[in-house]
Amino acid sequence: MLLIACPWCGPRDEAEFHYGGQAHVAHPEDPAALSDEEWARYLFFRDNPKGLFAERWSHAAGCRRWFNAVRDTATNEIHAVYRAGEPRPVIT
Amino acid sequence: MNPLPDSLPDHPDRLWRSAEPKRSYDVVIVGGGGHGLATAYYLAKNHGITDVAVLERGWLAGGNMARNTTIIRSNYLWDESAGIYEHALKLWEGLEEDLGYPLLFSQRGVLNLAHSLQDVRESVRRVNANRLNGVDAEWLTPEQVKEVCPIVEISPDVRYPVLGATFQPRAGIAKHDYVAWGFARAAADLGVDLIEHCEVTGLDVRDGRVTGVRTTRGPIAAKKVALAAAGHSSVVAGFAGVPLPLQSHPLQALVSELLEPVHPTVVMSNAVHVYVSQAHKGELVMGAGIDTANSYRQRGAFHIIERQMAAALELFPVFARAHVLRTWGGVVDVTPDASPVVGLTPVEDLYVNCGWGTGGFKATPGVGWCYAHTVATGEPHPLNAPFSLDRFTTGRLVDEHGAAAVAH
Repeated sequence: MLLIACPWCGPRDEAEFHYGGQAHVAHPEDPAALSDEEWARYLFFRDNPKGLFAERWSHAAGCRRWFNAVRDTATNEIHAVYRAGEPRPVIT
Repeated sequence: MNPLPDSLPDHPDRLWRSAEPKRSYDVVIVGGGGHGLATAYYLAKNHGITDVAVLERGWLAGGNMARNTTIIRSNYLWDESAGIYEHALKLWEGLEEDLGYPLLFSQRGVLNLAHSLQDVRESVRRVNANRLNGVDAEWLTPEQVKEVCPIVEISPDVRYPVLGATFQPRAGIAKHDYVAWGFARAAADLGVDLIEHCEVTGLDVRDGRVTGVRTTRGPIAAKKVALAAAGHSSVVAGFAGVPLPLQSHPLQALVSELLEPVHPTVVMSNAVHVYVSQAHKGELVMGAGIDTANSYRQRGAFHIIERQMAAALELFPVFARAHVLRTWGGVVDVTPDASPVVGLTPVEDLYVNCGWGTGGFKATPGVGWCYAHTVATGEPHPLNAPFSLDRFTTGRLVDEHGAAAVAH
């Protein structure tokens, strides 16, 4: 089970959180202008790396706020947590 | 002094040849699990293509093939799913004879429980759809459920009361290791090279065509490359720049200690996310839902197991004093419509079989058959044509989420 550091509440048990998948996926500016391939890419395709992954979490049983984390999907180590709207931190 | 008495029997013969990789093959299959082995077998048997290597990064069938809960059924809602899963079930019914190997294939039936009015309506709809597709299916009342599986709690006073169930009598279980070994032995006998501890680290693509694979045991040229890498499909396809609509998640299962035979069938409940059968040896085998977060770690979160046990106890109060013997996890590749991706890729001569999520074991012979056809002819088999990668662009999804099987 993961120990996730909510940016507002501090480290809490994974069971308190709701997962939101890949972070920083922007809604297309003009969906009608997209080709079918581009729309499919936006709708159905998400990164699935074995390694660092920027993802969204919601502290559903706590402050109920969304935030982002950078986690290594090969080890489950969480390298950074940051508030929604902030840029993805560079992990070295 | 020799500590071994002379009377010990000889070590049993090996079931298959362990091969050294050659410089080139007609077909390289990436992934030595059930699907890869079945594909190799049918390539050789049905299509006469025997210059085939199956590359496995670990040991043969040590990934999800060693970790699944062995449930076999074909009672899916949509025509496309019923087509490929029923094809698989028909192959299962003759597979021990075909492979000449015991698989402990036991058609003990599967109950899919309904716990709400919505469940009941969807279940009855699915029974009707199954019958139209020639798949055996019945709707059972709670009392009939109790007749099939006497240990199920059907009291209306529990949190998720059993309002009935669908029943597929031809469904069942098989011994997953024996299935892998049976396919491996039969494929090796036909000339297929099974190469373990050989991880694919790259795909060579020239002018839009795959020409070989790079591995931890050197480069191997190939006329065709067929991916069957389950949870690692995104990683492997990524070597060729082919994005797949997959998310990899841990999926957990567990067994109890050995018990007297108490559970005569397979019980699945999507609403409470647990599926239970009893292995021939006597362990209760239970599967849970996936961890929600992506991960390639072959272990899941404890609270998933806890929730699954709570659900199992509600359905089977008799399990209250059973002990968990062992829990484990595998990495499953889940698609947006809970249906697999089997077929061609934008890269010529590169084929993909992935996205089986939590339910690939039951399809093993069926997908091996169809995928072998796809690889051998360069055209999708009619039964896997609906599961093309481009369905996500055309919008022609095969949405099995919720409709038939959240848990496979």
